Amino acid sequence: MPADMRARLGPGAQAELPNLVLAASGCAGAGRELAQFVDVARVGALISKSIMAEPHTGNPAPRLAETPSGMLNSVGLQGPGIDAFLQRDLPWLLSRGARVVVSIAGQTIREYAGLAVRLSDTAGVTGIEVNLSCPNAENAGQPFALDPQRAGSVIAAVRGSARYDIPVFAKLAPDVTDIVAVASACVAAGADGLSLINTLLGMAIDPATMRPALAGRYGGLSGPAIRPVAVRCVWQVRAAFPDLPIIGTGGVRTGRDALELLLAGASMIAVGTEIMHDPSACSRVLKELEEELAALGVDRAADVIGQAHGGLPRSVAWRA
Amino acid sequence: MAPVQIRGTVLTLRRVDAYHAMTLVAPAIATKFRPGQFITVAVGGAETSMLGRRAFAVHDVRPDHGGTVEFVFEARGPGTRWLAALRARDVLDTVGPLGRPFPIPRDPSSCLLLGVGYGSAPLFALAARLRERGCSVDYLLGAESADRVFGALTARRNGRSAAVATADGSFGARGAVTGLLEQIIREARTDVIYACAPVPVLREVTAIAGRYDIPVQASVDVPMACGTGVCMGCVLPVTGTDGITRIVRSCVDGPVFRGDLVRWDDVGTIPFDALGAPGWAGGPSGAGGVRGGGQPPRDRGVQGGRPPGLAEHLYAG
Repeated sequence: MPADMRARLGPGAQAELPNLVLAASGCAGAGRELAQFVDVARVGALISKSIMAEPHTGNPAPRLAETPSGMLNSVGLQGPGIDAFLQRDLPWLLSRGARVVVSIAGQTIREYAGLAVRLSDTAGVTGIEVNLSCPNAENAGQPFALDPQRAGSVIAAVRGSARYDIPVFAKLAPDVTDIVAVASACVAAGADGLSLINTLLGMAIDPATMRPALAGRYGGLSGPAIRPVAVRCVWQVRAAFPDLPIIGTGGVRTGRDALELLLAGASMIAVGTEIMHDPSACSRVLKELEEELAALGVDRAADVIGQAHGGLPRSVAWRA
Repeated sequence: MAPVQIRGTVLTLRRVDAYHAMTLVAPAIATKFRPGQFITVAVGGAETSMLGRRAFAVHDVRPDHGGTVEFVFEARGPGTRWLAALRARDVLDTVGPLGRPFPIPRDPSSCLLLGVGYGSAPLFALAARLRERGCSVDYLLGAESADRVFGALTARRNGRSAAVATADGSFGARGAVTGLLEQIIREARTDVIYACAPVPVLREVTAIAGRYDIPVQASVDVPMACGTGVCMGCVLPVTGTDGITRIVRSCVDGPVFRGDLVRWDDVGTIPFDALGAPGWAGGPSGAGGVRGGGQPPRDRGVQGGRPPGLAEHLYAG
């Protein structure tokens, strides 16, 4: 008998997910791209590409560089803006039976709060993921995620503006000295859960041109190369907040990789860069994870969450 | 037609001068393919450290073995070297057919097919389709040297005319293809140009064609990492028929674009007046700023999605 793969983003009925394998923000397009290869209704939830208040062109090309088991990107939050997203992308996804977690990004705290208000006025939003790696226009472009207090301020503003029954997840950057300090600030500000981790800042230089490989110079590193960093961050945050829902993301390629993050303490998994490499990755990883759990004789995926911590309680928040 | 992801079996892999041609058994792709579309393959095997898929224009499809797909590549990096080392019966994770195909003229026309290097590979399937529609086909092929001109024999055999230019003069005229372009346009009374070449060549071809008021269907060769529209890596500034410049993905909105709509001089930049750029009237500051060429309408209803005009053509699909 296949294991029970259900998961929850929050306490409400609409926050229930049929399975815990999600599509990570920025790797599933607007959903249509993915839908050619997987049934979006069977993905646990689709986390949208980060949406901003206005349309954004993003950065010039080249935007991508392949690195060993990794991908560097400086796409720069290209997107249609919240109006087009709500008019076009969200209704399409909902019509296909997908559950949508909307990732939001802003250059000011006000922009984040305004986006949360817009999403609260919209039916069918399963959750909000706050991309805190956006440059803060009021602090010399330093990403909010690097400073616990600023990250907390964004989360407080979003939580205060979002409808009470929409779970708010904070997506944290791993490029910090103490990820638990940022996590604590977000939890104190009202985050219902955390997404761990965003990309790591990296750089590649092309020896042929003797120039940076990316037009934006630096880029976010993703892919299996960063999975050990994700496992470490999930582990540390889980140890500090044993009952906090965590979406584990970072280099998940196989069901076994997903299992590793669950054992570290993630209650859900998001598949990201692997979707670029294998467009049907979400359904494949779910199937492989089911096989891994069956081989372990586990009948509920929730039972393995945080098991690597040994002594910690096996309870999981809002277990179905 | 929606693309599919399949496990394609290598049927043959052969050397063609400086290049390699690989034929895969891939019926589900072959039956849906239209000239100008491309496939992507995953390279390096199951435990690969290379996450980007490699994209290749389809050279030819054939009905044998239920349907085969052939593509041409040059072994110049770790991914393509891995491909070049495959053997018959090896299996390749393949996705296709992807991208917008070449539009085909409604009425019999004089078509000039221009290709540089192995970029000419997709032109031959196009030529077959054009001849079915009663079009005449002239070829103009080029490369740095003779061993890098792809398909010259086929072009000579089935084209009304076939001209070749090489940078070193080892085959055909010495110089760039664009040096021969005007003479061929005049002699062949060209109605439309189909071009597969590096961006600087496409820019020049579009400029020359513009002087003769000839439309160009340009297939761009832009690095891609996914081919399905999720990575946002293969972007170009393209103006829609509504006058608005958008940063579009060549994998899903192309790879074939109307040459006059691509802002060739701005490839690799974000034009100041593009939708969502700092100079865009509806931008975050709302301050307006300088707009390049024309007054983009402020109607927000048209933003994003497939740019208006890119899906519309002078020709039926």
